Amino acid sequence: MVLKRTPLYDTHVSLGARMVPFAGWEMPVQYAGVKEEHLAVRSSCGLFDVSHMGEIEVSGDRAIDFVQLLITNDIERVSDGQCQYALLCRDSGGVVDDLIVYRFNIDRYLFVVNASNAGKVLDWMKEVQAREDFPDVGIEDQGGQYAQLALQGPAAVEILRPLLDIDPDGIGHFRFHMGLIGDDIEAIVSRTGYTGADGFEIYLAPEDAEAAWKTIMEAGSGHNLRPAGLGARDTLRLEMGYPLYGHELGEEITPIEAGLGKYVRFTKDFIGRDVLEKQAREGAGRTLAGIKMLEPGVPRQGYEIHAGGKKIGEVTSGTVSPSLNVGIAMGFVAPEAGKPGAEVSIVIRGRAAKAEITTLPFYRK
Amino acid sequence: MEFPKDLKYTKEHEWVKVEGKIATIGITDYAQDSLGDVVYVELPPEGGSVTKHEPFGVVESVKAVSDLYSPVSGSVTEVNDAIIDSPEAINEDPYGDAWMIKVEIAGQSELDDLLTADEYQKFIEEEK
Repeated sequence: MVLKRTPLYDTHVSLGARMVPFAGWEMPVQYAGVKEEHLAVRSSCGLFDVSHMGEIEVSGDRAIDFVQLLITNDIERVSDGQCQYALLCRDSGGVVDDLIVYRFNIDRYLFVVNASNAGKVLDWMKEVQAREDFPDVGIEDQGGQYAQLALQGPAAVEILRPLLDIDPDGIGHFRFHMGLIGDDIEAIVSRTGYTGADGFEIYLAPEDAEAAWKTIMEAGSGHNLRPAGLGARDTLRLEMGYPLYGHELGEEITPIEAGLGKYVRFTKDFIGRDVLEKQAREGAGRTLAGIKMLEPGVPRQGYEIHAGGKKIGEVTSGTVSPSLNVGIAMGFVAPEAGKPGAEVSIVIRGRAAKAEITTLPFYRK
Repeated sequence: MEFPKDLKYTKEHEWVKVEGKIATIGITDYAQDSLGDVVYVELPPEGGSVTKHEPFGVVESVKAVSDLYSPVSGSVTEVNDAIIDSPEAINEDPYGDAWMIKVEIAGQSELDDLLTADEYQKFIEEEK
């Protein structure tokens, strides 16, 4: 398979990034080191190239009805200029993807989806369009039209202020603004991110990506801004307990099981609703738990979770938290076994290492 | 990247310093760089034995788990406990403070297939 490259590929290589295959793309996993980049995001700021993410525009007179049917969240709860986290489910309640919907106006929405799922989401939207009779709704793959940068960390506002044509403090959480970066780079700037830090995601034309990267890095030089890779992105999201598709989310996992009930609105209709409503009412067979190691060792995906000498689940994501310096993990367990404070163990190379169930997120500011 | 001339190397990226019957063992600069941030290390107990080409411990970075392979057979005379508490030392000083174990070598033939600094450097160039 030929790996795709973002417009910033040469920039990453020149910065000494370690490039790895990821979701069909050749992406930087780290520059100086995962830990250093992670801690820079927590204490000052990091700049990520996330141009691999997919973008799909849904438009037309009945776009809102189509979006409502597709997503578990309720897009009528947000105004134009706001974004919303939501899930796209099959009839079975299994998750096609988790995504952010940008509401431009009642007739126009931009879905930002996982790189690995972009094709699948597009196919699913078209299937639903045909099945549910929405011939007049426009569905357009715009993945090639956007590069995306994520500026994440407490210093993000200060770094962006001199570059943006409005005060970035004026962009509220999960809101976006069409603006100019520097003198002439048109961008969509949203107060969103996947790190748990304050920050922005910036969508711009691929040909502007390099200039925008350079402009932002220069503006951040006095703020300890670091380029940050996928490695830090993963440890940051895991500290926050954010699910990652393919780990805590998938076709065989429902949003209720993944602990995402607050993004599922039963006050409206959507695909998969019957299954999710039943789970919400009667309880799901398993629940996503946070686990903190009490003994040395690194929990990894696939390691067994034991309680009372019996297997109760498996780790879906695990690492050593760079902020907390302790092993942390998420995994699915029976609901009665997932109570915070419950003692469990993680089987690490045949040894049962002590751990406990804990509330999410692992990291709090 | 450094390859000190006074050390011997393995194709599994360990280095060995031989002083009389004692071999001091660690992982190379190339190995630590490839692993990235080391967050955990598991070493055998003092008094235990290690076997040439067999795993004697584990080193874990943020993203990966790697076995440590013993370059020689023998008994473990000393373990560097300091790196268990500070595994990041493996990234900072792989040939110095972050040595891992000292082994009393079972016999001189153990050293036969170890690589010189030049041979090891050539090996990793070819492996890339």
